[in-house]
Amino acid sequence: MEIYVFDDTFEGFLTLIFDWYNRKPGSITVSSTKQYHPQAFSQTYFVVTDSEKATRVATGLRKRLSKEAWRALYCTFLSERPEGYEHLFGFAVYVFSGIVQAESNYGNEHVLFVHQMARKVEREKHHMEAFIRFQQTQDGMYYAPIEPKYNVLPLLAGHFRDRYADQAWVIYDHVRRYGLYYDLHSLQLITLDFQQGTNLETPARISEDYHEEMYQLLWKDYFRSTNIPARRNLKLHVRNLPRRFWKYLTEKQVFD
Amino acid sequence: MNFNRASEKLQILADAAKYDVSCASSGGNRKNTNKGLGDSKANGICHSFTEDGRCVSLLKILLTNHCIYDCAFCVSRKSNDIQRAAFTVEEVVELTINFYRRNYIEGLFLSSGIFKNADYTMERLLRIVKKLRLEERFNGYIHLKTIPGASEELIQEAGLYADRMSINLEMPTEAGLKTVAPEKSHEDVKKPLHFVNQHIQAYNSDRKLVLSTPKFVPAGQSTQMVVGATPESDLEIMATADQFYKAYNLKRVYYSGYVPIRQDSLLPSIGTPPPMVRENRLYQTDWLMRFYGFRVDEILDDTHPNLDPEIDPKLSWALRNLHVFPVDINTADYQLILRVPGIGVGSAKKIIAARQFGKLRTYQLQNLGIAYNRAKYFVRCADSPFASKDWQATQIRHFILSSSQHKRQSPQQLTLF
Ligand code: SF4
Repeated sequence: MEIYVFDDTFEGFLTLIFDWYNRKPGSITVSSTKQYHPQAFSQTYFVVTDSEKATRVATGLRKRLSKEAWRALYCTFLSERPEGYEHLFGFAVYVFSGIVQAESNYGNEHVLFVHQMARKVEREKHHMEAFIRFQQTQDGMYYAPIEPKYNVLPLLAGHFRDRYADQAWVIYDHVRRYGLYYDLHSLQLITLDFQQGTNLETPARISEDYHEEMYQLLWKDYFRSTNIPARRNLKLHVRNLPRRFWKYLTEKQVFD
Repeated sequence: MNFNRASEKLQILADAAKYDVSCASSGGNRKNTNKGLGDSKANGICHSFTEDGRCVSLLKILLTNHCIYDCAFCVSRKSNDIQRAAFTVEEVVELTINFYRRNYIEGLFLSSGIFKNADYTMERLLRIVKKLRLEERFNGYIHLKTIPGASEELIQEAGLYADRMSINLEMPTEAGLKTVAPEKSHEDVKKPLHFVNQHIQAYNSDRKLVLSTPKFVPAGQSTQMVVGATPESDLEIMATADQFYKAYNLKRVYYSGYVPIRQDSLLPSIGTPPPMVRENRLYQTDWLMRFYGFRVDEILDDTHPNLDPEIDPKLSWALRNLHVFPVDINTADYQLILRVPGIGVGSAKKIIAARQFGKLRTYQLQNLGIAYNRAKYFVRCADSPFASKDWQATQIRHFILSSSQHKRQSPQQLTLF
């Protein structure tokens, strides 16, 4: 079976679908460059990303999908799961096969997978909207580090731009090493080169600004006071607030 | 803002406000069109969770815990010997804005003890919301307590700035309320609920004609009942809830398990654990009424005035109505599929969509995200054996309880369905 390798971008993935129809190689496996391992008995085809081909595939899919299903497809792509790419490919082929309303056939494994994976990605996006914590730096900018399970930063842009239209902010994904910067007018993608050991990962220290620390402490006061000890239920607490988020949660920091 | 003073007030006034369990920040829909701060979407966000597992969405505080009343169930009651404090208007505004900018909260939930009189209190609450909206151009969520007895002018003006307003019934029946708070009555609650509801309806119909009609309490009204302080049955509680949902178009009714805070012969003694399982069953019933098309009298009646603590009310209803089952997944209508234990709104919709592509078989149903171990006693799929076993209600109950026993780690860990 031939391996089709694309360059990790959404455009690249859509180009892959175009090329598959063009070359008609039968069944294939799909891999991103990041996840690609050469295999002894399989041929590899490296997709060359082409925005014109990608646009044609995107247009074709959008014509056959509802807005929600198109978004589900994009979310599944952002999950960056190897099996996700396989299912997405299967999903696209199924949609192009001409079956009406293909996206609602949850009896089809690809449709079901895309639907379920998209929900996980949306949930992670929602987690980020909830658990991101900004801290104000001395120059007045608000900064939030994140480490999301999936690549949800592109999904967060609109939410935070609408919410914080009157403050400059950066949200930086420390896993994928890129961020979003809003300068009061527009949004930009940024990559910062942090030197090893900079203190950006330990939130409390970047702000010597007195007010920043004061509000962090007041927030912790509030968090403690609003708890009802007689109802203590740590299991529920941890289920609602999974430990992997604690690292950046102001109220979960103990250094005070 | 002086840190030490603010910190002390915050601790006192957050502590006093925490027994109001409503945390929702949903239903607001204030777009950030003025390049101001904040934007509220229809679905609220929980920004954190306390160690008791409850959602933290809003900065929930009292303006003051001074109060001229003496309700037996309340920490802030006049005769209680506790520290008193009061925020200034500026302090509340600064805390709200600065917490919001850091993404700690969706907005403010402001309540208050009654100091001096109702109007004096309401007037101060109003000053805060006006300052937030008009001076700070704040579009985040604001939940404001309506102070019973405040003048209609003040309440009406507040409605132009708040997203949600609420007044608590406190005890589920008038008789219950009278025993613990003789100065209060359900009538004092009904009047302002009615007043605000009328205005909401009026503004809504104006908006159909004139699009620029200002918002008026766009997220609607809610109320809260304390459960387990007075001896009402679950039937009485849910009947009151149902009546208030209908009469005042309430968005939510909250049920707050009573946490004993002081020794009082009228109330459960200190150390009595809050009735958390019961509270959860009441919320489940509330959901069944609002989203599953159940009527109260299908779930609770004079022969079953209380909910079963061991099993959820939907399963309980199914076991009492086995003649309705098994439901054929491939032919039954949506409303009936929704009544199957283990199937929620999302999976019921998926079943309806998926079966148009061919008859669903058991393995497909299992993959749709339903609780199959529960549902299997109540459904038929394309490949179900023609004559399935006829279990008795008690047997099914036993099977389900014993199969979920080892999975459910503690009775405290509660979910909806
Ligand atoms: S009026 Fe409200 S704050 Fe005052 S004692 Fe009664 S319940 Fe408490």
